[in-house]
Amino acid sequence: MFPFCFEWAWDMGHAIFFGGFWYAIGILGAGMTYCFLKAAYDTINDNGDSHH
Amino acid sequence: MDDALIPEGAKRCAFPIFMIGIVIVGAVLLWGVYAMFLCWFKGLNQTNMNDYYGFALWIWADLAVIAVGGGAFFTGLLKYIFKVDELKNIINFAVIIGFICYSSALLILAIDIGQPLRGWFIFWHANVHSMLTEVAYCLSCYFAVLTIEFIPNILENRQANKVPFFHHLAHNMHEVMAVFAATGAFLSFFHQGSLGGVAGVMFGRPFAYREGLLIWPWTFFLFTWSAAAFGPCFTLLVTKITERITGKKLVGDKTINLLAKISGWMITTYIIAKIIDTIYWAFVTAPSMGFKLSHFYSNNGLYGYWMLITEVILCGVVPGLLLINKSTRENPTTRTIAIILGVIGVCLNRWVMVLQIMAVPVMSFDTWALYIPSWQEVATTILPVAYGIILIAVAYRYLPVFPQELELNESADAAAQNG
Amino acid sequence: MIENKKVHKFGMVVDLDKCTGCGACMVSCMSENNVPFKEDESNKKDSITWMRVYKLTNGKSFPETEIVYLPRPCQHCGGIGDHGHSPCVSVCPATATDYGYDTGIVSQIYTRCFGCRYCMGACPYHARYFNWWDPKWPKGMENYLSPNVSPRMRGVVEKCSFCYHRYQLAREQAMIEDREIEEMEYQTACTTACPAGAIVFGDLNNPAHKVHQIVKPDPHPDPMNHKVVGKSRNPKVFRLLERLGTNPKVYYMSDREWVRKAGDNYLKGEWENVKTHHGASSSHG
Repeated sequence: MFPFCFEWAWDMGHAIFFGGFWYAIGILGAGMTYCFLKAAYDTINDNGDSHH
Repeated sequence: MDDALIPEGAKRCAFPIFMIGIVIVGAVLLWGVYAMFLCWFKGLNQTNMNDYYGFALWIWADLAVIAVGGGAFFTGLLKYIFKVDELKNIINFAVIIGFICYSSALLILAIDIGQPLRGWFIFWHANVHSMLTEVAYCLSCYFAVLTIEFIPNILENRQANKVPFFHHLAHNMHEVMAVFAATGAFLSFFHQGSLGGVAGVMFGRPFAYREGLLIWPWTFFLFTWSAAAFGPCFTLLVTKITERITGKKLVGDKTINLLAKISGWMITTYIIAKIIDTIYWAFVTAPSMGFKLSHFYSNNGLYGYWMLITEVILCGVVPGLLLINKSTRENPTTRTIAIILGVIGVCLNRWVMVLQIMAVPVMSFDTWALYIPSWQEVATTILPVAYGIILIAVAYRYLPVFPQELELNESADAAAQNG
Repeated sequence: MIENKKVHKFGMVVDLDKCTGCGACMVSCMSENNVPFKEDESNKKDSITWMRVYKLTNGKSFPETEIVYLPRPCQHCGGIGDHGHSPCVSVCPATATDYGYDTGIVSQIYTRCFGCRYCMGACPYHARYFNWWDPKWPKGMENYLSPNVSPRMRGVVEKCSFCYHRYQLAREQAMIEDREIEEMEYQTACTTACPAGAIVFGDLNNPAHKVHQIVKPDPHPDPMNHKVVGKSRNPKVFRLLERLGTNPKVYYMSDREWVRKAGDNYLKGEWENVKTHHGASSSHG
């Protein structure tokens, strides 16, 4: 999972697999971080236009 | 009693009646939980699995719930990426069903492994060349996606939505849902596929082994495709059951027919690919290893050609044709028959790709091995069903799951009031 | 890591015409490797036998009935093309089973295995066993456990290791004395226990070893099936399920044609074409 696990190898297999994994995790993390920060901002400013 | 939590304007049964239902299903759930703890504390000797059946009922259940849970990713993909807006009427429910299916799958895996406390090794010591590693990673990540997709619906609960932060959070999550849905589709493609790959790469098992494209055996693509095809069938089936139990129309016919039509075309194209795959396997792949097709379907008490015919023709070709044909699709009876057949078909396919593989002898002097699950296995397999019923009941009661509910039941309510 | 002077490829050949089916190999294996057993061993589908003796018959009625006993340890497959991607190694999600490129031995790391059993499903030889129960020995018998082999815990998979601990001991001794391992220094328990001398074990890469001389493995891919490498040039020698491309390092030998035929699956008429086909030098013989 991490380069310090001994079975880690700097090869194509690991690059593709963990590249995809960390990419997905990155998007989910960034997306949720954005949502939380934006929600906090909206709450503080309470612009009240958030109907959907 | 719990009126303040029920969505505004929605009619729900009295709280005691609701609780009676929950208690009955809860008893089944507790039975499953008891069996689960038996397996955890006493070990897998509680099951009837053996060294021939290392994969058995649970792995079938796991593959089956993931396949039928595929409705969530596929509906999400259509709604958020391909902008099929009509599906907004069923997307919440599809997500809840997916959430139940995937949480169940993870739970089953946690019971299934011999050393549950070492479950994290699959992540930490990952062998990136194993299909099961890919399954574990994508499954867990996709479960996170489903949770993210489910959260806004939970926050829309009447009381939760009064909290400004929750209100804004739900709104903002809706705004960027396409990003999550795209990630979910990406992850689903790989885990559905790698579940097929689990069987397809076993070159020591001629019943399972398939050739393929690069590192992916054909079963990889067939599993993804079948999950996208039959997943919506399960979404429609659960919707139908929920409508029957609640006595209300919850999703408009236009949405139902649209999803059924998409599912029908997916099933039809899938089944063509499946037939081609089966023919190639039967006449090229298996013979190259010294096996005739009849070897896989004779000399045992259960697995005959009927299995193949039921899966491919009765539960594949038939529902596909019923759903692409306008008149049978729009007829509630034939549509329901088609979606039931479809769900059975995909479950049967997963059964074959798990249990029949284990049953078929490979060494010329070996014998067929059949197995009957223990009650602990059955109980833990029913456990997710009970859990799913409870979660759907609670979600339906307290969350605005079906956007069309009020509109579709307006006249009935009015009639009731007038009457 | 101990430096290897040479890449070994340990393997064995079992002379099925000599095997009497006495089961000494099974007993010695269990004893050597601390294999636990159940109080009731009648259900063979969940009892652990790293070495298992199968009974095969030619299916004919008396007086033509013939029986052969086939001892089956882990086949230590090299996988398609003999590249080390054994059916089990390639599927293990947690890298708990590994292929030793210096020995050709498929290892099992018990403390790494979390018991998903995918390897068992992938192995067509049923050479892998799961610990369904906690390992238990009758009172007093713990004193007889081998100190060189760790007992396994409930919930993990185990299998024949070609008595790897014996290799380790021999390797260390050889390293101290700055020399190669001798053929007889590293022999598996089953080999040494066989009263009929039916099992021959050694380095398939070493022409001086008896196993090599009997098997005469062809190092090149089989022209009829490129997945197969190491096919025997000895017309009496075969491997189990060779056609699948698992490339086992356990070979079998028999004078009897029906026994050799039982080693693999053949479509009607195929056997007649392949029975005389052996490794390179005598191919299409």
